Order: sequence, then C-alpha cells, then structure tokens
Amino acid sequence: MSKSTESWGSRVGLILAMAGNAVGLGNFLRFPVQAVQNGGGTFIIPYLVCFVLMGIPLLFIEWSSGRYGGRFGNHSTPYILDSMVKGRVLKYIGVFGIFTNIAVVSYYAFIESWTMSYVYHSVIGTFEGLSQAEVAQFFSSYTDVTQSTTGIPYEAIVFYVICLIINTYILSKGLGGVEKAAKIGMPLLILFGAVLAVRGLTLGTSGASEAFPLANALDGINFLWTPQYDSLLSPKVWLAAAGQMFFTLSVGMGTIHCYAAYVKSRDDIALNSVSAGFMNEFVEVVLGSAVVVPIAAGYLGLDWVINNAGFGMAFQTMPYLFQQWGPALAMGAGVMWFGLLFFAGITSSLAMGTPWMGFMRDEFGWGRNKGAWSFGLLALILGLPTVFFFKQGVFDDYDYWAGTVSLVAFAFFEVILFSWIFGINKGWDELNRGSDIKIPLFFKFVMKYVTPVLLGFVFFSSLPDIYDNLTHKNTYNNSSFADEYYAEKFASEEDFEAVASAVTETSVTFAFTNTRMKYDKVASKMIEETFEDSKTYEFEKGQRVTVKAGDKVKAGDVIAKGEFTNAVFYKNIGRLMLLILFGFICILVYVAYNKRNREGRVSN
Amino acid sequence: MNTSALILMIVAQGLIIGFAIYFFRKVLNTPPKAEPDSFSENDDEPR
Repeated sequence: MSKSTESWGSRVGLILAMAGNAVGLGNFLRFPVQAVQNGGGTFIIPYLVCFVLMGIPLLFIEWSSGRYGGRFGNHSTPYILDSMVKGRVLKYIGVFGIFTNIAVVSYYAFIESWTMSYVYHSVIGTFEGLSQAEVAQFFSSYTDVTQSTTGIPYEAIVFYVICLIINTYILSKGLGGVEKAAKIGMPLLILFGAVLAVRGLTLGTSGASEAFPLANALDGINFLWTPQYDSLLSPKVWLAAAGQMFFTLSVGMGTIHCYAAYVKSRDDIALNSVSAGFMNEFVEVVLGSAVVVPIAAGYLGLDWVINNAGFGMAFQTMPYLFQQWGPALAMGAGVMWFGLLFFAGITSSLAMGTPWMGFMRDEFGWGRNKGAWSFGLLALILGLPTVFFFKQGVFDDYDYWAGTVSLVAFAFFEVILFSWIFGINKGWDELNRGSDIKIPLFFKFVMKYVTPVLLGFVFFSSLPDIYDNLTHKNTYNNSSFADEYYAEKFASEEDFEAVASAVTETSVTFAFTNTRMKYDKVASKMIEETFEDSKTYEFEKGQRVTVKAGDKVKAGDVIAKGEFTNAVFYKNIGRLMLLILFGFICILVYVAYNKRNREGRVSN
Repeated sequence: MNTSALILMIVAQGLIIGFAIYFFRKVLNTPPKAEPDSFSENDDEPR
C-alpha cells in the first residue's frame, strides 16, 4: 500500500481550499440566473431546503468516504469506493470521480481564460466608449478563434493555454500550492465580491437612462427575495434548486473525496465540512445575489434582466455597465469582477487536478510534476474541441454530459453505496470520529432515506432529457451531414408560425409573435406578455434559401438546401472524446487492479 | 423593497451569515488534536 507523505498544512488552509473548490463561477453567474428563471424569491426556499436535505448530507458523505479511503492510502474515488465495499465493479463507478474532473476542467479552464483576458481588457480600457451591443459583439469575436481583439493571433487559444499552464504549475507544487492559492484567492474573492455587492445594493435609481427610465437596482433585489408561495408546488423549481446544489457545492465530482483523503484519520471532518459548506453559501446567497442582478436591473431594468438572464451576462453586459461609472472606476470594477471570477474559477479547477494526481501517485508512483503536467496535457487535448467548436455547441455539450449528468449519476450511486451498502451505522461512526461538533441525529435519518430519494428523483426525472440529448431529439437538424436545413423551434410556443419577412439568396429573416415574462411590481408577480420578434438565418456558399418572402414556416420545415455540416457532427466528436477518456481511465483502473494483485495489495 | 422580500432576505442571509461565522469561529478556536503517543494508537483501523 502506498502511503501518502502529503497532508494539509493547516486546518484553515484545508477549509479555504475546500470552500475554494466549492465556490466557483456558478456562485456569481449560475445562482442568480437560476433564481431569476425560477420565480425569484420562490427559488430561495427550495434552495435552502435542498441545502439541508441534500447539500449538507452529501458533504458529510463525501468527506467521510474520502477520509476513510485515505486511511488505506487511497486518494481518488476508484479505490476510495473499493476500500469501503468489497466488490470489483465499484472501482469502475469511482472512475466518474476522475473522469468528471478532467472533462469539466477542459472547458472550465476556457471560461477561466476569458476572465483573465477580460481583466487585461479592463486594464487597457478596451470597453471604453463601447455600446452595449458592441460589448456583446466583443465577446462573440473573442470566442471566435480566428479573430483577434489584441493583435495576438489565436488569442482565445493563447489565453486558454496560459490558464492551463498556471493551473498545472500550481498543481505541480502539490497540496502546498493549492493551499497557498486558496489562502490568497478566497480572501480577495470575498473582498472584491463585498465591494461590488455594496455597489449593487446602493445603486438605486442612479443608473436610470432615457432608454431605461424605470431602471432600479432595488427592483432586482426585490424580485430576488419576494416569496411567491404558489410556485413552491412546482416540481420544476425544486428540480432547479436541487440541481444548483450540485454545482455550488461541487459534490458528485470526486474532488471532496480527494481533499478529505489527506485529512488525518483522527482529525475532525464534521465541523470542517459544514464550515466550508456555509462559507460557500455565504459567497453564493449573500454576495452572489447582490452583484449581477441588482447592477443589471439598475441600468437596464428588471424586465431586461428577466428576459436576458444567462451565463453570458457576466461577459456581454457587465463590462458595459461598469463603463457607466467613468473610466477609472470602470477599470477598478472590471478588475474586481473578472478578478473575483478568476479566483473563483482557479480554486475550483485546481481541485479538479488532484484526483488524477492522487490516483497516478497511489497506483503508479507518479510524482507531483509528472501528475500535474499529464493532467494539464489531458485537459488541453480534451478541451481544444470546446475552444475551436465553441459556436457549434461542443462547450455546452461537455457541460451537459460531464458537468451535469455525470455529477448526478455519481452522487446517486455514492449515496446508495454509503448509506445502504457501506451501511449508515458505519458511515455515521466514521463521520463522528474525531468530530469537534455534535451532529444532530436527524441527519442520520436524512442521509439514509431522504437524500437517496431526492437524488433518485433528480436522476430519474432527468432521464427523458438525457435520452433526448443523446439521440439529438432536441434539434431538427439532427444528422451530421444533410442536404436540407430545417427551421428550429425559435419561439417560446411549441406550435408557432413564422412569416418569412426578408429573403435573399443566402439569408432569411422570420417575423413571429413571441412571449416573454414581465414582473408586475404592484401585484409582485410574473406575468406573460406577447411581442413581435424576429429570427435571422445566415447560410454559406453552396447553400440556398428555399422559402420565399411571405411564406409561412413552422419548426421542422425545410428552409434551405445545399451541403450542410450540422452542429451535431461536432458534438459527436466531443462525445467520442469524452467516451475515450472514460474508457482510458477504466483501463488504467484495471491495470492498477492487476498491479495491486501482483503486489498482494488487493484485499477482496 | 416590499416587506415580505425584506423579511425573507434578512432571515435567509442572517441564518447563513450566522452559521458561517459560528462554524468558522469554532474552527479557529478549537485547539489542534494531540498526536497519538503510542504505537498501537497510531495503527490504522483494521478493514
């Protein structure tokens, strides 16, 4: 059995590293968007309930499993699970705990590289004098690898590679490097977040303009916190709240297991886990809710936020809003905003490197340098398709399979394993070993019955969506190569009808009636309104539009003919790469098993 | 802000801030555990 020579330098360092692992881009970008899209104030109630019934129990389970496995010299999920329960198959379920990290970091580092690049652009004043549309266009140009905004050729790739190198370098310094990064990154992140949150909370109506005369930051805060109790009965809202728990706490990934495996067997994990968990909640609920939504509502109005809330707001809207504060403050705010996103990102991406490094050291004796640089190389190979084919949806596809489905599946398996196969009594004893707090017995019941049921609900209710994604049923252009192009469902209603309003040889614009949500301030509730919308399709050489002006078109109708390579083709390449990675790690686990067998280290 | 939004915000954020500070202070104030001083105490648990 290989024994770890590494351990955490200090308890505060461990908690900051764990909190840094959990605090990610999602705290500032995903949480407020989820809240806006799921009824504002309604969302916070199921969210907090899910934190108690799913988040905290999963933290307990992963910390306990990790420390238990670490006692036997295992620092990654394949052999952590193997040490918990005798059974040949379980180590292959543990493959998720390495696979997810490499797959997620491959595209996550791309977002991280945007934040680095945007810090640079904030400092040199790129966004000065740009309109909102121009700032949004800048993002579009930046993610197109053939364009350059600085004169550096393939700029997006250059920043991406630099970002991976920084991650890899810190990882090559071992746990000490990770701990140091967390000790610098987390306090700065909280400081930057607090400054921006104060600005968001005090902006009021000072950002109202001729274009948005009713803009008021307080509307954003009001909307985020007004409870609408009738939505509490909506399964969609509960599912969204449960889903947010995975992203925010970084559970179901294998990183917590790995970090906890370096905790000494007699040291506390109960207090550490809740402390790191609540630190993450502080950043998300207190700071995360007070930046993007209030500031955007303060300049563009709440209705704009409700209809445009999305991940892109951070890069497409915030730099424009900061410009309204004058050049000097805009630079400071840009550095703080993108700086805090960078720190949130890097403390998470560093965590994603440790399971691979732990596994290769435990099983094949690889040193820190070899482990870190091989991780960087794997992430680069896997990540390049997300950079090159970002606009074809490969990035989103990775996020769906590796960053969503994989997390839910692994979390569901591990909670069943811990509470029912390893046994809740043994698990409870492990959690309480060396504990500095007394955990209420209520959690033992929750971990055995409630959390598995909740996770089962999330997992099984996602299966139809997983099937649709797998079979490309969510698009009409679902073959890799085709000689016809079909109109997608671009209106909110399923059975909409659009009229071709402007047609050329290679482009067509459709006009149609769409619906959007609006917040009724007086009644404090969302209402739906209709409006006239349009959608333009641009085609390339060798493709020609087949509809004429005035033609009526529905989703699935042919609108162009020629030679088409659809986005599905690029997504299939990405999926193949993810499958190869999963298979590769399975083979490594099998080789490691045989090696352990030869060395007499297999106990089952 | 309307009253119900204000109440929900203060209660939710107050609980989270309160627990976060309480647990982190407990971490800072809890003395580190003494190292095991005998050979047998230092053994790993049997599987």
